[in-house]
Amino acid sequence: MGLIERTPPDDPAGATAVSSISPNWVTTRLDFLTNWARANSLWPMPFGTACCAIEYMATAASRFDIARFGMERQSFSPRQADVLICAGRLPFKLAPVIRLIWDQMPQPKWSISMGACASSGGIFDNYAMVQGIDTIIPVDVYVPGCPPRPEGLIYGIRLLQKKIQGESIADDSLRQEHLVGPSGLFLPAERVDELSEPFGNSVSQTRSG
Amino acid sequence: MTSLSPSAAALRHAFGDAVERSLVSCRDTIVYVRRDRVHDALAWLKTTPEQTFDYLTDVTAVEYRDPERPLEVVWQLRSLARRADLRVKVALDKSAPLEVPTVCDLWKGADWLERETYDMFGVVFTGHPDLRRIIMWETYAEGYPLRKDFPLRGHFSRAEQTRQALAANPEAHYSLDELSIAEAFHELPKDMRERLRRGERGFLK
Repeated sequence: MGLIERTPPDDPAGATAVSSISPNWVTTRLDFLTNWARANSLWPMPFGTACCAIEYMATAASRFDIARFGMERQSFSPRQADVLICAGRLPFKLAPVIRLIWDQMPQPKWSISMGACASSGGIFDNYAMVQGIDTIIPVDVYVPGCPPRPEGLIYGIRLLQKKIQGESIADDSLRQEHLVGPSGLFLPAERVDELSEPFGNSVSQTRSG
Repeated sequence: MTSLSPSAAALRHAFGDAVERSLVSCRDTIVYVRRDRVHDALAWLKTTPEQTFDYLTDVTAVEYRDPERPLEVVWQLRSLARRADLRVKVALDKSAPLEVPTVCDLWKGADWLERETYDMFGVVFTGHPDLRRIIMWETYAEGYPLRKDFPLRGHFSRAEQTRQALAANPEAHYSLDELSIAEAFHELPKDMRERLRRGERGFLK
């Protein structure tokens, strides 16, 4: 057939030793390979609502350049996105919108809550603002700051990559959808109230009734 | 300028007792008009040649912390040609329904301004063609957020607010059709219609 017979004459059984540095073979765990691929090609779905989005744009642009971390393509369609980055405050009016985008993203998917407002409502402890997007969608990484500098967001992205590298493809619970249930919420109502409780300076806002 | 705008005296001359009082605040002239004559007064200010307040800068409302004081609806007028401003106010007793006539027939731009004032203060502009909420979503049920009796965090619990927000269906109210420039084509200025016909936007051949 024209193939070269590589079996050495002194190895009658045909068992060839494969060196650990052979160029033809790599042995690894499937988990490691999958996580390595996933963590290093995260396509972000930017959900920018406020000043955090300006910092996000700076992070994506040439000086800080998140393409270095595998975020080569900004995905402005949720269908082709891996990580939802909520950059800015989320008013109640946008709650069904971000929920819809999150539901449209295919698994595997992760989310980053960027900045104080997305993480906790920030200074906006008022009638119009969601007190942390974790009452609307599950959140993987919270990035503090008002707004966070690009270094801060990159640190959050690196943390997410680290988290992904610790996942296992055998663990189905990681890929489970947490949908809005019959109660109209994706968390128990008491949990939403607890997450939304005032803290810090807004505790002493006595006019809030 | 620390004196009253000449428009205040002219308005009093034309409308007599319907002009309740006028004052100067921070160099701006404020004229209080009775509710039943305010539409006439605003129309007169817009069309009278010496006044020509052709630009409606803003419509809003003010509620004071003192519960005895009436709620005020404010029309901020501007004459582009004369470079003059005038603020017209109506004081509304809070024990009665908060109603004033619309000025959409005078200034088309009043449409969204009045919707915003309705949304935030609950002032009803009678005769408005499409008085719906504009900032809060249309199914918002907690009341009028800029009223003094409205708690900063709203009336409902956070869980209930979140539930109601997630139940809202934004696409039912804000469809792309509503925003389509094609539907408004015949109301566009002539030069813009011609540019669109030439295909600068591509989709209106």
